[in-house]
Amino acid sequence: MRQDAIEINGISKNYGALKALDGITFNVGRGEVFGLIGPDGAGKSTLFRILVTLIDSDGGSAKVDGMDILNDYHSIRNKIGYMPGKFSLYPDLTVEENINFFAALFHVTLEQNYDLIAPIYKQIEPFKTRRAGKLSGGMKQKLALCCSLIHKPDVLFLDEPTTGVDAVSRSEFWDMLLELQKKGLSILVSTPYMDEASKCNRIALINGGKILDINTPDGIVNNFKEPLYAVSGTNMYGILTATRQEKEVVDCYPFGAAHHIVASENFNPEFLKQTLEERGFKNIELNKTKAGIEDVFIKLMHTQ
Amino acid sequence: MTGFASFVKKESLHILRDKWTLLIILIFPIVELLLFGFAISIEIKNINFAVSVPHRTEAIRKQVEQISSNPYFTFRGYISGNEVDKELRSGKSDAVVEFSKDNSVLIALDASNPNKAMEGAGYLQSILMSGNSNASETTSNLSSIIPETHMLYNPQMNSAYNFVPGIMGLIFILICAMMTSVSIVREKETGTMDVLLVSPVKPIRIIFAKMVPYFTLSCINLACILFLARYVLKVPMSGNLGGVIGISLLYLSLALALGLLISTVTSKQITALIISGMLLLLPIIMLSGMVFPIENMPAALKPLTYIVPARWYISAIRKLMIEGLPFKYVLKEFSVLLTMTLFLVALALKNFKDKME
Repeated sequence: MRQDAIEINGISKNYGALKALDGITFNVGRGEVFGLIGPDGAGKSTLFRILVTLIDSDGGSAKVDGMDILNDYHSIRNKIGYMPGKFSLYPDLTVEENINFFAALFHVTLEQNYDLIAPIYKQIEPFKTRRAGKLSGGMKQKLALCCSLIHKPDVLFLDEPTTGVDAVSRSEFWDMLLELQKKGLSILVSTPYMDEASKCNRIALINGGKILDINTPDGIVNNFKEPLYAVSGTNMYGILTATRQEKEVVDCYPFGAAHHIVASENFNPEFLKQTLEERGFKNIELNKTKAGIEDVFIKLMHTQ
Repeated sequence: MTGFASFVKKESLHILRDKWTLLIILIFPIVELLLFGFAISIEIKNINFAVSVPHRTEAIRKQVEQISSNPYFTFRGYISGNEVDKELRSGKSDAVVEFSKDNSVLIALDASNPNKAMEGAGYLQSILMSGNSNASETTSNLSSIIPETHMLYNPQMNSAYNFVPGIMGLIFILICAMMTSVSIVREKETGTMDVLLVSPVKPIRIIFAKMVPYFTLSCINLACILFLARYVLKVPMSGNLGGVIGISLLYLSLALALGLLISTVTSKQITALIISGMLLLLPIIMLSGMVFPIENMPAALKPLTYIVPARWYISAIRKLMIEGLPFKYVLKEFSVLLTMTLFLVALALKNFKDKME
């Protein structure tokens, strides 16, 4: 049996007194799309940089494609594709020149692995004589993805690939990732967007350098057992503070256009609605709602 | 295309597309050379002088004429004895020659520019002396010994001769060390270095590929400078041109190694720029003998000049280009530069990591 694509065992990294990563442990299976979900500063990029052998960890061990990140880092670099969070191509070179340079870097030609990158490359091919710096955000990401795929890696590391990209391009980008998955790539992808998490096979929630939970997206959401309600009305801020004072309300936080209420078992929504209306809030709408990954995240963060 | 060639191509594209930088790299040495060669000159070419005299005799008129006929002097007119101070203070004249009744001559100079005053005094003395000897040809004047001075290699005391080697020492460090270090550090700063490192290619090969275009540019500069020096500034180039080129190529390699070393210790372009500026430029100007003669430096500073590569390079170029000596006379400079280059390359390679901090 082949080993998992990535095995992480208690990886830690400190920057002075700051614990950037604190005992991270998880595995990414072969052919899996694994999402690392967390806010800015959670330690996602640090973990990526350790796994792609750019920086050394302070503790723990990890294997990528069956090879140790400390001892076999040269071999690992042959087998992985890495797309950093920051746009890391040459803005003064054209699309074509960038791709050819990265192909030469990996001792391959564009033609050799054309079948793998063709679906992506075809989208940017019309702009191949344009300077990379002049591309739109979505195009830049596609080009960067092409460059990181040019040598047909076994494991793909994508650090926040959709940050700063419009919604349409984001969704296109995820379609491409799922295409790549079908071709056998194992993908570790990080994102601050909770809505993207549901497209992964499994996700890990990370905050403050610690893993909060690892599960399938559905599994994560199903673990949210408490009743959840959404409340809205005029004077949202007043509603928030008023709701938080209620006894049976465990937590209440802004969530999009409404506030989400995490309630205890004895919570009576009719009573809360009545109370709020008595206190002069108008147009109160209070409905039961389904928890999303963000709700889980907030719950875990507040109990951390 | 093989890997290395395509890296060189990519690096050349960076340079060619950055039109302003390219222009500066190519034009800067030429401007610098012409500036130092023509405009900035440390020799004194125009000294205004006035004459104060109790009685204008024929002998004095002759002497004044003699001074005026010298191209370095401009005669401002006769003044009276009590106007000397005013004349010098107002800046109308740089020197006043005062003839007194007892036939003695006093030369008063405005020494706020000491170089000018020193040189002016020297010129005036020698003119007056030769005037005296002419005047007293008939009378026997055994006490006057007039030394004859020969300025060898640079008979006109042309300062361009002095500056050309200095500028070469400066330009090559500037272009090779500063530009390479900045361009390597730029990749760190923009994050492209991360992608380069996470690839099977040994990053040091990419770094060497980076040096190739800068080396080529510097060779173009070298050719331009030598051409201008020979045909515009009329530097004699009496010596061995192959030697000049050989030692220059060695110096270029040294500068590249220095650039690589700087890039290994910095992670910001601005830091690389400051280090190249402060750590390389100032010592070259101050301590290499380009502007200030090493012989005049305080004893404590002299040993410092030994570690300035430009000192050895400039000295070698002076010997080869201006004195016209054969290559064996610069063997010492050559070996010092070679040792320095090897040392810097070793240090840079040792310092170069294929991981990030």
